[in-house]
Amino acid sequence: MATAWTAIASTTVGSGGAATVTFSSIPQTYKNLIIKVSARNARTDVVAELRWTVNGNSTSYSNRLIQGNGSTVSGGTTATTLFYSGEINASTSTASIFGSADIYIPDYTGGNYKNVSADTVSENNAASAYATLTNGLWSNTAAITSIAFYYGGLNWEQYSTFTLFGTNNS
Amino acid sequence: MAAGSTYEAIATQTLASTANSITFSSIPGTYTDLVIVAIGQGYTSPSYGNLQIQFNGDSGTNYSSTEFRENGGTVGTNRRSTQSNLFVSSFLDWGTANQNVGHSIINIFNYANTTTYKSTISRGNIPPYRTELNTGLWRSTAAITSINVSVNDTPINIGSIFTLYGIKAA
Repeated sequence: MATAWTAIASTTVGSGGAATVTFSSIPQTYKNLIIKVSARNARTDVVAELRWTVNGNSTSYSNRLIQGNGSTVSGGTTATTLFYSGEINASTSTASIFGSADIYIPDYTGGNYKNVSADTVSENNAASAYATLTNGLWSNTAAITSIAFYYGGLNWEQYSTFTLFGTNNS
Repeated sequence: MAAGSTYEAIATQTLASTANSITFSSIPGTYTDLVIVAIGQGYTSPSYGNLQIQFNGDSGTNYSSTEFRENGGTVGTNRRSTQSNLFVSSFLDWGTANQNVGHSIINIFNYANTTTYKSTISRGNIPPYRTELNTGLWRSTAAITSINVSVNDTPINIGSIFTLYGIKAA
């Protein structure tokens, strides 16, 4: 059996933070992509949205979500200009806590539209902690060659990590 | 010490024509857990059906599941008890000419043991309709050696991809 998981690239944000974390020139030799995120954003709030786009494109996205925050459960849709993958910790949440996300991108080189999913949490040992399941669609048949994580120009904080894996089907 | 591969692709089926079901047979008992990733769509008109599985050809009423979902902005849950197959997620039905696809990720735990009943956790991603997290149970102590996958209301469409992965302990 072939090894199914291969680490393609990993970024750890350095001192001063980074407004965007990008995986570019993604090899087209895998079948699916998985991204593991441990991140915290400089937004002045408890949480920030984990937002990302592919191929530098900001059109033709749709997202569905189900989310719990410790007191209520909600569901719905979000923006059409990006993938929304839940809420991660931001600058006013308890220090040293980073949000976690597990993102799955199947058949990223295929000729269909691209459907992605993510499980994301922002624990806080206080109010305003979130668990979010999302499912996004990019209505574009292009192969995914780059991925960029950003939050409106606000930095991902130091020690945030983003790791991209490729998986094979054989 | 060199580490062995822990996540391996066991088999993949890509449909060259529509099919009522697909089967993974002769599953080796050498892993600790299994994962099925199903990417694609059903064949009928726009909506969604039930992606369902049977283990070892068992069509007895030995399956049950709990569904947690978001659907059109409404969150809800559903129980299925004493079923003749295991509901693992909804699955997009879209027809022949649409490039929209959904995907489901099905985790099957401790599948080879002959002592306990078998449990599953699955994520359903059905754009633009639903996001789901589901649990399932097969009330059998038999080791799982084959898995049949189908959709309740439609053939599975051409181009759909089903991959079975095995996870090994360290």
